[in-house]
Amino acid sequence: MQLSRDQLLRAYRQMKVIREFEERLHIDIQTGEIAGFTHLYCGQEAVAVGVCEHLSTDDKIVSTHRGHGHCLAKGCDVDGMMAEIWGSRDGLCKGKGGSMHIADVDKGMLGANGIVGAGAPIAVGAGIACKIDGKGHVAITFSGDGACNQGTTFEAMNMAVVTKAACIFVFENNHYSEHTGFEYAVGTNKDIASRAEAFGMKVWRGDGTDFFSVYETMREVLDYVRVPGNGPAAVEFDTERFFGHFEGDPQRYRGPGELDRIRETRDCIKKFRASVTGAGLLTDADIDAVDADVMDAIENAVTKAKAAPRPTPEDVLEDVYISY
Amino acid sequence: MARMMYREAVLSTIAEEMERDPNVVVLGEDVVGGNGTAGGPEAIGGIWSTSAGLWGKFGGDRVIDTPISESAIVGAAAGLALSGKRPVAELMFADFIGVSLDQIWNQIAKFRYMFGGKTKCPAVIRMAWGAGYNAAAQHSQAAHQILTGMPGLKVVMPSTPADVKGLLRTAIRDDDPVIFLEHKALYGVKGEVPDDKDFMIPFGHARLSRAGNDVTIVSTGLLLGFCEAVADKLAAEGIGCDVIDLRTTSPIDEEAILDSVEVTGRLVVVDEAPPRCSLSSDICSMVAEKAFASLKAPPLGVNPPHTPVPFARELETAYLPSIPKIEAAVRKVLSYR
Ligand SMILES: Cc1ncc(C[n+]2csc(CCOP(=O)(O)OP(=O)(O)O)c2C)c(N)n1
Ligand SMILES: [Mg+2]
Repeated sequence: MQLSRDQLLRAYRQMKVIREFEERLHIDIQTGEIAGFTHLYCGQEAVAVGVCEHLSTDDKIVSTHRGHGHCLAKGCDVDGMMAEIWGSRDGLCKGKGGSMHIADVDKGMLGANGIVGAGAPIAVGAGIACKIDGKGHVAITFSGDGACNQGTTFEAMNMAVVTKAACIFVFENNHYSEHTGFEYAVGTNKDIASRAEAFGMKVWRGDGTDFFSVYETMREVLDYVRVPGNGPAAVEFDTERFFGHFEGDPQRYRGPGELDRIRETRDCIKKFRASVTGAGLLTDADIDAVDADVMDAIENAVTKAKAAPRPTPEDVLEDVYISY
Repeated sequence: MARMMYREAVLSTIAEEMERDPNVVVLGEDVVGGNGTAGGPEAIGGIWSTSAGLWGKFGGDRVIDTPISESAIVGAAAGLALSGKRPVAELMFADFIGVSLDQIWNQIAKFRYMFGGKTKCPAVIRMAWGAGYNAAAQHSQAAHQILTGMPGLKVVMPSTPADVKGLLRTAIRDDDPVIFLEHKALYGVKGEVPDDKDFMIPFGHARLSRAGNDVTIVSTGLLLGFCEAVADKLAAEGIGCDVIDLRTTSPIDEEAILDSVEVTGRLVVVDEAPPRCSLSSDICSMVAEKAFASLKAPPLGVNPPHTPVPFARELETAYLPSIPKIEAAVRKVLSYR
């Protein structure tokens, strides 16, 4: 089904926001001003956006340590996220969480997560809630090729099937869990989706470096899971991460020229531009205008984050409980 | 003596013990790194570089990269240990005990007791712990608070490279399960380390790192250095502090603490975990029970507040015990009449 001009522009903008958000963080982290561990999502934008463009705020997502892309795609505020990563009091989580714990539950974003494999069971619960509410909403968990090896993920898959949770397991296979290759760590013949299939789920596969592949695949997946009584489904997207596992990773596991090659041939943003301009759906000028707008938005977010008030020692004690 | 970093002491001790005993096996996530990649094995050697080069020396049967599966890592360590091996398992961060807790708490810790003393479980579970990196609530925690209370586990918390060497060797050769807690902010700290390949420090023997008659300060890990700084500052004013480095929290060297408090009559326990059911509350109550008559002031704990570890720099700094906070606590117990 053809996307409208507005839908195309919006999808592109979302991917570009994630890209530039991350590219800018990569630069700013070098200055030492940003504290903590930061895992950049750059390269995988088509997955987050291709999934989340189908969702409303009533649909839930549960994210990972590499969560910026999922958060932005689900509608978390760019300024609030940047401020959070800069540890400011204006941040989405008041500077308490940082990069790995960004959340905006009102937007259906149930949190990035520092614990690999923690998200899938949470999504099962959210998916059961969707089923109970019976309005066709779904809960989606994003998991990496590393997280798929965690027992929690296996338990969640089986439990989703037996409870018929309205839940989707999105596996983002970027080929690495930290420094280890998925060909080593994933025992099922280089394939994650087949595991979900073995648990009794209907599964799909798609090209995670191609927005249209993700978007169209997710349309089918969502059409299926939104039907009451169908239960969960899973989808595996093959994708690439453009930066190290964390900022500062020496990346000795990469082959010669690998980073250049994937940036050249597997960049979802380049592919999107080529495909929509090639088909005459958008012009280069349309896309350049979005690019300029996004650059301004990111610059603006950084300026605000730097100027935002810092948290105070008293803030440490806030928000442990609602009442105590 | 050789001068080396805390992390180098971990690595060299494991290497020496693997050399000595073919039953010693290392397992964990990315302890080799690069398996299944174009770059090939040994891409990292542990994210803290505490297993670098072991795979090349001892091979893949004894240096095992695992998938991200903490429960299976600790469980496999349990099975290896019950089968005559001496596993040294690594959890990248102490926070990940959450994923593997059943294997630690209900399995490893209890085998010997449940099986009526008929087995041994010589597993070492190493993990990096502690705050100071702005790594936020799930990558900064202190695990000793939970683990020390579990009967069947020995819990080790070295503060110096020499102690890493002596205590890790003891841990690997010990027939009981040992939790070995490496403070991540200490990995780069250097110190003199004995060359003797049988250098061992027995568990349950604290180290007196500063001596004085006016107040007893008990700590371990990163905060021990803060306590030493406070002791040095007060020494210039003529105030003497005993600074006791616990080294192990289970077993705990009660005698060293009681002997000191009997002289000083004043106690401050500096602990990186929150205050409730903590190392500090444990030691303060032990002293109140066993040395009440010697006390000249109520024992005092210095802990972070009863909150998770916050992210932002200002928040983490406010959260952690600091040199000024420790100094204030010491002055408070000194001024009590
Ligand atoms: C329970 C747990 N174990 C280990 C880690 C350390 N860790 C963080 S990310 C990661 C790799 C995750 O790989 P994958 O799921 O493929 O996600 P990717 O990093 O590729 O996005 C590891 C081992 C963690 N955060 N939590
Ligand atoms: Mg991965």
